[in-house]
Amino acid sequence: MTAPRLAVWKFSSCDGCQLTLLDLEDELVSLSGELEIGYFLEATSDTLPPPYDLSLVEGSVAAGADLERIRWIREQSRHLVTIGACATAGGVQALRNLSPLPEYQSVVYARPDYLDSLDDSTPISAHVPVDFELRGCPIDKRQLLEVITAFLADRKPDIPTHSVCFECKLRGTTCVTVAHGTPCLGPVTHAGCGALCPAYGRGCYGCFGPVPTTPGGGGPNTRAMLPLLRRDGLSEADIARLYRTFNAEAPEFAEAARQAEEEAR
Amino acid sequence: MTPVPYRVADRRQESADTVTLTLAPAAHALPPFRPGQFAMLYAFGVGEAPLSVSGISGNLLHHTVRAVGKVSEALCRAEPGNWIGVRGPYGTAWPTPPAGDDVLVVAGGIGLAPLRPVIVESLARSGRLSVLVGYREPGEQLFPAELPLWRRRAQVLVTVDRPTPGWQGPVGLVTALLDTADCRTDRCTAFLCGPEPMMRATVGELLRRGVPAERIVLSLERNMHCGTGWCGHCQLGPLLLCRDGPVVDWARAGEPLSVSER
Amino acid sequence: MNAPAPLAEIDESGLAALFDALVRRGRTVVGPTVKDDAIVLAELGSAAELPHGWGVETEPGGYRLRPRTDRAAFAHSAGPQSWKTFLHPPRARLWQADRASDGTVTVREDDAPAPRYAFLGVRPCDLRAIAVQDRVLTAGAYRDPVYGRRRDGVFLIVVECTEPGGVCFCTSMGTGPGLPEGSAFDLALTETAGPGGLSYLIRAGSPEGSELLAELPARPTDGVRARAAVAGAAGRMGREVDASDLRALMAGTMTAERWNQVADRCLTCGNCTMVCPTCFCTTTEETTDLTGDHAERWRRWDSCFDLDFSHLHGVGPVRSSARSRYRQWLTHKLGTWYDQFGSSGCVGCGRCIAWCPVGIDITEEVTALRAESGAAGAR
Repeated sequence: MTAPRLAVWKFSSCDGCQLTLLDLEDELVSLSGELEIGYFLEATSDTLPPPYDLSLVEGSVAAGADLERIRWIREQSRHLVTIGACATAGGVQALRNLSPLPEYQSVVYARPDYLDSLDDSTPISAHVPVDFELRGCPIDKRQLLEVITAFLADRKPDIPTHSVCFECKLRGTTCVTVAHGTPCLGPVTHAGCGALCPAYGRGCYGCFGPVPTTPGGGGPNTRAMLPLLRRDGLSEADIARLYRTFNAEAPEFAEAARQAEEEAR
Repeated sequence: MTPVPYRVADRRQESADTVTLTLAPAAHALPPFRPGQFAMLYAFGVGEAPLSVSGISGNLLHHTVRAVGKVSEALCRAEPGNWIGVRGPYGTAWPTPPAGDDVLVVAGGIGLAPLRPVIVESLARSGRLSVLVGYREPGEQLFPAELPLWRRRAQVLVTVDRPTPGWQGPVGLVTALLDTADCRTDRCTAFLCGPEPMMRATVGELLRRGVPAERIVLSLERNMHCGTGWCGHCQLGPLLLCRDGPVVDWARAGEPLSVSER
Repeated sequence: MNAPAPLAEIDESGLAALFDALVRRGRTVVGPTVKDDAIVLAELGSAAELPHGWGVETEPGGYRLRPRTDRAAFAHSAGPQSWKTFLHPPRARLWQADRASDGTVTVREDDAPAPRYAFLGVRPCDLRAIAVQDRVLTAGAYRDPVYGRRRDGVFLIVVECTEPGGVCFCTSMGTGPGLPEGSAFDLALTETAGPGGLSYLIRAGSPEGSELLAELPARPTDGVRARAAVAGAAGRMGREVDASDLRALMAGTMTAERWNQVADRCLTCGNCTMVCPTCFCTTTEETTDLTGDHAERWRRWDSCFDLDFSHLHGVGPVRSSARSRYRQWLTHKLGTWYDQFGSSGCVGCGRCIAWCPVGIDITEEVTALRAESGAAGAR
């Protein structure tokens, strides 16, 4: 039996999530024994032809050429996993969705007519079916390893969808909101980072995006968070900015930012 | 609470996505299972799933598994000789109906699996046996090899939601079969397993026909991780289904099931 | 009739002697200490690490350390953790399994001996919480080996409560502030601070406790000051609630409008369940290594607020809305816990009130449900 063929793809992104794969220093050797690297330009310029058993896709769809490329990648991939806030929610660059693109382009680029930008930065799942989404800005390397080992064992990856609060409590971190009055998005943010920021006395910035919304009415109660964030010293503008840091276009956080701006009016 | 090693002794494909595994202890057998009880089956490296027994013969356990998730897919792929970890027996068993009572079995899809031992035991009893089964499609029918045997002693009626070409049986909900069921509602114990909406509808019809709540017995399903009452996932109001279920009569299950949980 | 046993007390040096005696016996002492602006429970190196001179102020959604005017070490109400962190740890490996090349699997249970803990400073409410978890995890048909191993060896030193907090309601639940009759413990202390320093009324509740007490520099006392401090505490609870027949109240209010109101505020973040000293729910983690031939089963705390908690194939989460998840938590805690385990699941410690970021108050919810149920009944 040949080892499953892995491909790692980059769209509009900072490369930080791909780098997480290389950060798996202790596991890299055994990883390369269990998986055949078919396409991973950040690691090697050698490539193998498709199809690929597992494709990890980083970045958002933000340029015209991306549209065709992601469809091709999907066709060539048995299992497609998007990694990171760009790929799962459009990323930081989705901030541009909030205002007209030409305004930015003319300020930043001497010859905007050379650009092939789409009006919006969108998640991969807006264009092709995705088998699994791994959240984070950047993703967590333990979680990446879990997704890969689960793929190899053909089991369900253990990637909890509960709030960051669960992780604070599991690691024994005292709640920074309750005990210190620090504004924190933990209660409405998807777990995965291991509650890194609160462990160092900082509030959660929401890197992993909102907890999931379900048809039955589950989802982040961002409206109930508003008075809490205000009590802890944030203005409505601060709150809108906080929700728009990494996952601006995740629908629930986009809505939360709008709620905050509405309140300010 | 570690899984006890068993081996797949036999594997029978029931339908496209469902197989019946016969499991034999690799060394020491677990305590005897009773019909209605369940085991936690462990597919190495993939995980555990709670599954009611679909048959018991001596030390051998039969489990009929439908591939709906990673664990059940792995179990369905298991071949004779493969290792399967087993914990159990857990939960409550089907009650024995009073002597001379009729037995009515109402199943939805894979819900027929836990009821199979009830049917097998009832075939040997006096009193009437009526088996009503609803499937989504004809291709989902279970235990095709045993049906002729059942039909010799019992009334077996099968209905489907979506007929395929060649289907000549009834189409529609399993509750529509109740009118033709060969049982005396005043002297009948009803055994139900299937999707909850189907069981609710069936119970409603049975109560209306005068079957007492204590004689309507259901096998219920909730998320389960331990089987031992510690993980809390299988709560249904006052019931811990791994301990107080999965087999519960309507007198106990009716109230918690009447609360909309969404 | 037996003459009443003479009462004994120790001073601060006696407390240090008690600590040292526990360490000499090979015990790992866990108790309160100040960390990250809170009084947490942690393994302690000496009695000096106790939170001497610190108190806390609690309110719904709020917790602050406050310096005290005395050196009292136990004049604070419940913090962010409970003893379940040590008895029912957040993560535990249950077993490991290895697959040989012929497909044979060997499963090894994790049965390493547990640390021999001494818990110093268990409040009566928390002692009841331990008893509640005992019933859930060890008194049924199966005994949880992880909890059981840790629980078997633990030495319990209760400290009665003399300084209730703003969210405490143990008097309403009948669990404190003094040690209820019939409690099981090894040693019980009552701390008072006076001009002469700290003193601790001390009594033994077990043979091992008596043995240890005999080694301490104790002196006789009438215990009057200690008794008065506990009695005074009973009158200073931050909250109270009518706890009569909560089981029936919960069963009768499943469709109450109040659940919608609390759902508007609830973040479904799960904090209440994580800080609750009796919440016991767990989920399992199935891990494999990259070769796929080594697997491990872990379990970790879970919560009825997690959407996956009630997940069923083909159905999704049985309980999805904030309304149904909060209702599951409260009705289980106060109602169906009786059906399942023969007691209330609430001990009145107030943690769920203080550590709820938006300050949802269980006592307020009960009162509102009772009012709604009363109004419905009167109609």
